[in-house]
Amino acid sequence: MALLEARGVGKSFGRLTALTGAALTVGNNEFHGLIGPNGSGKSTFLKCIAGATAATKGRVIFDGADVTNTSPAARARAGMSLKFQMTSVLTELTLYDNILLALQPKVSLTRLMFSGSRKILHERVIAMLEQFRLANRAHDAASTLSHGQQQWLEIAMALAAEPMLLLLDEPTGGMSIEERRVTGELLQPIKTRCSLVIVEHDLDFIRDICDRITVLDQGSVICSGTVPEVQANSKVQEVYLRRA
Amino acid sequence: MIGIAVVAPIVMQDFITVYATRVLILCLFALSFDLVWGYAGIMSLGQSLFFGLGGYGIALLSRDWNVASILVVLPVGALIGLVAALMIGGFLLVGRHPSSMIFVSLGTMTGAYAADRLVRGWYYVGGQNGIPSIQSMRIGPYELVEGPTFYYLVLAILVAVYLVCRWLVRSQFGLVLAGLRENEERIAYFGYNVEHIKLIVFTLGGAIAGLAGSLYAFHESFVWSGMLGVVMATQVVLYVMLGGSGTLIGALAGTVVIEALNFWLSNTYQEIWPIILGVMLLLIVMFRPGGLVSFILDGHERVGSFGYMGRGDGRGST
Repeated sequence: MALLEARGVGKSFGRLTALTGAALTVGNNEFHGLIGPNGSGKSTFLKCIAGATAATKGRVIFDGADVTNTSPAARARAGMSLKFQMTSVLTELTLYDNILLALQPKVSLTRLMFSGSRKILHERVIAMLEQFRLANRAHDAASTLSHGQQQWLEIAMALAAEPMLLLLDEPTGGMSIEERRVTGELLQPIKTRCSLVIVEHDLDFIRDICDRITVLDQGSVICSGTVPEVQANSKVQEVYLRRA
Repeated sequence: MIGIAVVAPIVMQDFITVYATRVLILCLFALSFDLVWGYAGIMSLGQSLFFGLGGYGIALLSRDWNVASILVVLPVGALIGLVAALMIGGFLLVGRHPSSMIFVSLGTMTGAYAADRLVRGWYYVGGQNGIPSIQSMRIGPYELVEGPTFYYLVLAILVAVYLVCRWLVRSQFGLVLAGLRENEERIAYFGYNVEHIKLIVFTLGGAIAGLAGSLYAFHESFVWSGMLGVVMATQVVLYVMLGGSGTLIGALAGTVVIEALNFWLSNTYQEIWPIILGVMLLLIVMFRPGGLVSFILDGHERVGSFGYMGRGDGRGST
């Protein structure tokens, strides 16, 4: 059974149709890339999956349950985690506290009030920061990080609660070439733990880390398959040649 | 500071002790608003509603049922504030499509205004004259009248409530509130039930305001419609804004500074005192948006550290 199935997802903003029945299937431990030209509906599709935007039509099935009408918080509790396109780390808090916060959404309110989880989670916070090469900045405010480091922190936050599905919207946006390479390295080890849907403009990056790719154009899926299948697809070539 | 507060009634004249007691009660009221606005980001422009309801509730309890035991009236005052906040918060903050912050602000302000108007025209609760001559609060056979004893009672309650609030905002729940204050959407995407968290803080704020209102009613031996109204609601916003929202100590500092200046300046410069206050607030908002406490606390200390073995673990969020 697929972990995520999006069926015929459509989204209109007034008269503007951003998505016209897009479909996506993601298996367990699969890295799936969503690509397409600007305005093709990639980010809108991702937001519909995460619940950030209500789909006008279609269904989203996650881990066997229909989550189409549930809130983003409910989807997060079910095991879906989203990293926004714009970095949204909590800049006033330290890196440590950002991760600590991301680790506790399922902790009961009573336990939160009595700080029952704080000591237990210490090792996990440090492990997450080490994994994303941020441990030496643990007690600095997140606002002091570079853009690339803030992106890493946000990916670490999205991964902290051990989601089954991680949704990343342009994680390498604004990064240097070296930072993109490191981001690829940081994402590879999570493959054993969760699935990934990633929206990205950097095709080399997508090719390097994804098992399957779905290509969108003008709100519709024009091709979905493995990397070689997509590369060989004439419609995809046409879209990208047209763009060039 | 606690030391000064403890010895103050010994060295102060009685009428100043009475005034200081009133200021301490208003500090309690300011704490309630600071929790709601400064920590949960809910701009409640009708916090006076819970303050006034607590006051009116125990005034009626005292007048109609002859109940004045401290063991009953203070818990009842807090309970009235709690239930009212739970009902209003449940309506405004929870649901599939919770209200926008501007709607919450206007909704709470409308509630305060409507309650003020309703009470003014309601004969049973004294109409425009309010309820005067409320009997004294009792501890067993002893009557608590205004003066040093009442002062120490209020001081003890204020310290206890402050410590409970401080414990809460420094806990992991406080970490969630710190996140909520900065980016509510991000917190929701982690999976936190943002509406319920806000409702808990709003309700707790209502309970503290109700408790403050009941103390105020017994201290003044009088309740009037203005306790519920928009002027009182605005006053508490000014206390917290001047002192520094999102810091408990800021709420207390703002209340003490405004009321102390009010005490000294309102007689001498009766006509221009509101202008002085206005200019002072304007300068603070323009040049020190963090309020008076930002002169002594840096931004990081104000936000606090919440992690185990974190730098300055347990510091901040004063």
